Amino acid sequence: MSEAMSASSTPDSRLPLASAAWVVARRDFLAVLFSRAFLFFLLGPLFPVIVGALAGGISGQVQREATSSEIALAMDGADNAAMIAAGETLRPQLGWMLPHLTPLPQAGGAGFDARAFLEQKRGNYAAIAEGSLAHPELVGTSEQVERWQGTIGLIAATAAGTSPHTFPPVRTELVATSASAERSNRIRTAQAAQMLLFLLTMLLAGMVLSNLVEEKANKIIEILAAAIPMDAVFMGKLVAMLGVSFVGLAVWGGLGLAFWSLAGDAVVLRTGFDPAALPAPAVGWPWFLALGVLYFAMAYLLLGSLFLTIGAMAATVREVQTLSMPVTMMQLMVFFIAAYTITQPGTVLELLAIAFPLSSPFAMMARAALQDALWPHALALIWQGLAVLLIVRGGSRLFRTRVMKSGKGGRGQPRRRWFRRALPG
Amino acid sequence: MDLALGDPTKAGNPAGARALAIDARGLVKRFDGTLAVDGVDIAVEEGAIYGILGPNGAGKTTTLRMLLGIIDPDQGVRRVFGHDRPHEIARLIGYLPEERGLYPAMKAIEAIAFMGALRGLPLAEGRKRGLELLEQHDLAHAAQRQIRQLSKGMAQTVQLLGTLVHHPRLVVLDEPFSGLDAINQGKLEAMIRRLAQQGTTVIFSTHVIHHAERLCESVAIIAGGKVPYAGSVEAARDRIPAQVRLETRAREGAWLAALPPDARREGDLFMFSLPDTGVEPLLRQLIEGDAGILSLSIERAGLHDAFVHIAGEAAARALAEDASGEAK
Repeated sequence: MSEAMSASSTPDSRLPLASAAWVVARRDFLAVLFSRAFLFFLLGPLFPVIVGALAGGISGQVQREATSSEIALAMDGADNAAMIAAGETLRPQLGWMLPHLTPLPQAGGAGFDARAFLEQKRGNYAAIAEGSLAHPELVGTSEQVERWQGTIGLIAATAAGTSPHTFPPVRTELVATSASAERSNRIRTAQAAQMLLFLLTMLLAGMVLSNLVEEKANKIIEILAAAIPMDAVFMGKLVAMLGVSFVGLAVWGGLGLAFWSLAGDAVVLRTGFDPAALPAPAVGWPWFLALGVLYFAMAYLLLGSLFLTIGAMAATVREVQTLSMPVTMMQLMVFFIAAYTITQPGTVLELLAIAFPLSSPFAMMARAALQDALWPHALALIWQGLAVLLIVRGGSRLFRTRVMKSGKGGRGQPRRRWFRRALPG
Repeated sequence: MDLALGDPTKAGNPAGARALAIDARGLVKRFDGTLAVDGVDIAVEEGAIYGILGPNGAGKTTTLRMLLGIIDPDQGVRRVFGHDRPHEIARLIGYLPEERGLYPAMKAIEAIAFMGALRGLPLAEGRKRGLELLEQHDLAHAAQRQIRQLSKGMAQTVQLLGTLVHHPRLVVLDEPFSGLDAINQGKLEAMIRRLAQQGTTVIFSTHVIHHAERLCESVAIIAGGKVPYAGSVEAARDRIPAQVRLETRAREGAWLAALPPDARREGDLFMFSLPDTGVEPLLRQLIEGDAGILSLSIERAGLHDAFVHIAGEAAARALAEDASGEAK
């Protein structure tokens, strides 16, 4: 045994930074990928979608029931029939503007009081139309009367034959775009890209934090710190989590494409949203997508390195959680600033958003949608990469100076610097 | 425990002066203004077993971390195998921190291989060596089990094997006996001896004097961040004169004047330090004075007495409390 073991002795020096980071990254990547947490992570985005769909369905139903667009007819029988027929005549051209017209059975008697009927909250009618075709009367709340009086007048006039039954067709001609339309469309693309980038970053960067929390809870960190540079520990963790997030994106993307290939047409028909009709970004779709991946990686690495730095500053898991909140809020602010600068290209604010590392990926993503120059992206990516390295270096230094303390001993007393400063002399 | 670790031909325990594995001078470390370590000097010869002895909070862990390069001292220098920056020679060092930690979901064999990989050992080689080590410790059956499925003692053994898998020349163990039962403590002591026989330098911290007394050639006594003594165990014990225990038939007599001034009576016994002149002149006077010697023994001071003498009663009491707390 001794011979076998001594035969392959290793050189003295420690692992180079990249090799050490690779050891950590490989362990973390595999550990996260084959964990139950990753399964929940993959399922994570489903929950907001399901909740959103449920909430949308329920609120739609509630809305439909709450805001009725049904007008009850309390005219005589012939007028009621004429009103309904006129409504059907107008419906092909006016469509959603028209209310549903229903004869009110209770209005048959001579003493029918429409006001009393509505005040007794009977039926689910927006308003009641009574009177005659020549002199229609509309009874309802002020909002409903304001909303429907013109329409009821038009239907009554059509029924009485004093209004044209049909309207002249309007010839239309569509243009592909205009300067104004292109700019506003690209702004929409920029906003959508920023939002997607932000959501993905926030969703995935939290994993880095939980990974470091796990490391602290498992007390592995000192073993790592003793063997390899902390920079390598941080870089390894970031790379591993970035790899995991790319796997997550690939899974979500794959599932999304599969869903779209099966139900894309139905979605377009139902919602009217067609991704193929999205306005093209200024740099073109291929570059835009490539830059999107790069800026996602940078946004992720920047936020992740910041979270790791927080982990480095904190001595306990609770501190990690407490300290991460301000960073999350700051990231939200940064996102809002970057979103605000979309409409202000070339201003100092936009340049500041590009220069500040945390907002830079978002601001540059918007720029890719609005301006076709590519060289600023190369510069921005270099700057963002440099910022990641600087934050990692700072975080690892903090870790070595602040976290690796132990023991309550020592004979010295804590210096009361504040009081010293406060005291004269 | 049949253990073969490291290269037995590498250093051994050659007679005469040995090169220094660790040479630290004037190490000072402050945390937020609190002086944790105050001017520590430590010199450890290659192939030695060296103990750092002191109560909890004395500065042992901080000292070890500075020696390993995990943290830098505010003042002072430390050299490990002649290197100013011990972190740069991490492959030569194995470290078992006080706070034991392993990934709970990792298999035992993978944990050992991973710890080796951190020190530059290829994973495949780490797995091979790890399996051999587990077999030597009758833990081969646990190789494919997750750490969370192992007992605490088994998990600690796995971590220790991970510390040794890359054949370090220096093994640093922070409170290695903490949390182990008596059987496993015995196994660990045997392992440490075997490592030293093979030329590996072992330095460990402890607050249990018996471990240091049984294992170490040299110790550093640390209390309140200072090292009032660093040197051989023998020299530490020699700092206290041997104690003489004398039992006589006679209770009174002129011979009493022959006893040293520090002599005290405890029941039928007289206790006093061995005089500088030795015991023979005293014996002569006792016999001539017809004291009627029933028994006379000379007892050499133990490391505990030396600790009390060097570090003071308070530190000794703290040490004893830590040890009894550990036992509970």
